[in-house]
Amino acid sequence: MFDYSQYLRNEKLPHIWCPGCGHGIVLKSLIRAVAKAGWNKDEIVLVSGIGCASRLPGYVDFNTLHTAHGRALAFATGIKLAKPEMHVIVVSGDGDSLAIGGNHFIHACRRNIDITLICFNNGIYGMTGGQYSPTTASGDKTATSPFGNVEPHFNVAELAKGAGATFVARGTSYGVPQLDNYIYQGLMHKGFSVIEAAEACFTTHGRKNRKKYGPSNLDMLKWQRDHAVSVEKAAGMSEEELQDKIITGVLHNVEKPEFTEQYQKLIDSFGGGAK
Amino acid sequence: MANPKYEFIQGNLACAKGAAYAGCKFFGGYPITPSTEIAEFMSEYLPQHGGKFIQMEDEIASIGSIIGASLTGAKAMTATSGPGFSLMQELLGYACIAEVPIVVVDVMRGGPSTGLPTSPAQSDILQAKWGTHGDHPSITIVPNSVEEMFTETVRAFNLAEFFRTPVIILGDEIIGHMREKIRIPEPGELEVINRSLPNNDGVCKTPYASDLNKPVCLPNFGKSRIHVTGLNHDDTGFPTMDPKIVARENERISMKIYHQRNLIDKFEALHCDDAKVLFLAIGSAARAAEEVVNVLRERGVKAGLFRPITLWPFPKDEFAKYAANADYIVVPEMNLGQLKTVAERFTKRTKIIPINLVNGEPLGPDTIISAVNHLNI
Repeated sequence: MFDYSQYLRNEKLPHIWCPGCGHGIVLKSLIRAVAKAGWNKDEIVLVSGIGCASRLPGYVDFNTLHTAHGRALAFATGIKLAKPEMHVIVVSGDGDSLAIGGNHFIHACRRNIDITLICFNNGIYGMTGGQYSPTTASGDKTATSPFGNVEPHFNVAELAKGAGATFVARGTSYGVPQLDNYIYQGLMHKGFSVIEAAEACFTTHGRKNRKKYGPSNLDMLKWQRDHAVSVEKAAGMSEEELQDKIITGVLHNVEKPEFTEQYQKLIDSFGGGAK
Repeated sequence: MANPKYEFIQGNLACAKGAAYAGCKFFGGYPITPSTEIAEFMSEYLPQHGGKFIQMEDEIASIGSIIGASLTGAKAMTATSGPGFSLMQELLGYACIAEVPIVVVDVMRGGPSTGLPTSPAQSDILQAKWGTHGDHPSITIVPNSVEEMFTETVRAFNLAEFFRTPVIILGDEIIGHMREKIRIPEPGELEVINRSLPNNDGVCKTPYASDLNKPVCLPNFGKSRIHVTGLNHDDTGFPTMDPKIVARENERISMKIYHQRNLIDKFEALHCDDAKVLFLAIGSAARAAEEVVNVLRERGVKAGLFRPITLWPFPKDEFAKYAANADYIVVPEMNLGQLKTVAERFTKRTKIIPINLVNGEPLGPDTIISAVNHLNI
């Protein structure tokens, strides 16, 4: 039995998340991945922005930084560049990382800075009561799209890949063993890694879209199970067949120069930086 | 001094060199006129001295990156101008409540909005005090010479590190871009305050345990595994909604700077003791006002200049003392009366004469002289 307590600030529990929320599942996945990596807790900084997922650092016994809405990657970039020996992990929701934080997201990808971003993608602004986000499916009813969402949504993984991230994977809060593996690989990857964790928010999203996702929070998890398609299987499917599918797996994995290492080379070229 | 080192440099460069003198190890910035020379110098200096420079994607990211760097223990700075300073307001508040030392330089230019990018103004005086939402402290320093751009930047770092709060330097386009000869201080000549860490850098689980006599002693990221948040928090750094603690902490982050303002206050009082015509001015406008004071003194007019170098908190007691003896308080400034509102607060009876210029031109002695010539002095 895995002992989570050594990684948690146990006195801060119970957490704030609703029944059926995937955040706790991803939290445990993250802890198992960090344990597998064997990292010293003192050398980890876990950074978040604002939102339900961004409350996660408060529960974990690392160095933790709960920043402002959308800004986690900006703070994390400063931490990693100032002190590259720290392991820097960012947890952030879809609205946090892709709407208000979208600029920081693409530029962190472009720099290929050695940070792992876990994007908790439940396709909704949960904490403020269920408004549509950049990843809400078209047509879904939300608090600010009462007649159905008329906007298209981001494909997080494609966006990350296009912007220059060197490791991109997508898992679901249903497919936990796979998610463990993707997060672990992301932590081990030298460069900017994006792990999209496809999740569901029944409280603010599912309840308005029961016809699509089913009547209960459990049905919403099952919806993930039934719509997840491995990247290998997806290769043989048509665009139409993939319309409402969640393509899971390691979607992109390349090696490119990492930003803080490149900067260190610059410092070293001056003899390591005379004081 | 055996071989004093003199340089003929612009204010922005002096500011950057002052930061280097103070031990700045991290600069995150975004290009904007008229402050960019500071970033340019730091991009060259820092990697050669073991420090880090990064050009971020915008000003919000810039200030975010320096807060992150500061939490690892690095002295950190950014520099910007009006529009960028507006964007930074969000995270200035974060640094206030999380008590993270940073230095933010705002080389003021004409506004509002894009305004006049290469022309001087002093239009961010009140933004430096009240720009970010919520009640918060502001330590704001206004140099008026190239030399002060150097020495006051060193002092800004000292105050930021000591009080664990952001310190703002308000330059303006004139002070930033004009060139003057300055002597570069020898190492050790100016005081440099470094961050104090708890228990000889040991483990600390109550990083925000503090009182007004003892600024917080936040450990750097490392073995204390602290939690830092922009939410109201208690001594441990974790969020709380306990009304007593929230009130106590909200008051403390502001009161900590008023409580020891003897360490912060700095002003110049030129011929103020017997001044009947008292000028209140800062930055480049104070340079012009100083000349006017000298001209008026030659004419036999009892004129004086009160120049806050630390603008916020405002040196109210000293100003009020001189203001009470004056017949007129003349406030020349390159905005529509921001410093005047301050003068009004601390002056009961003395007549206030505003001199305002917002056309992008420097506020020179001639403009001030012709305005005061109308007075019955």
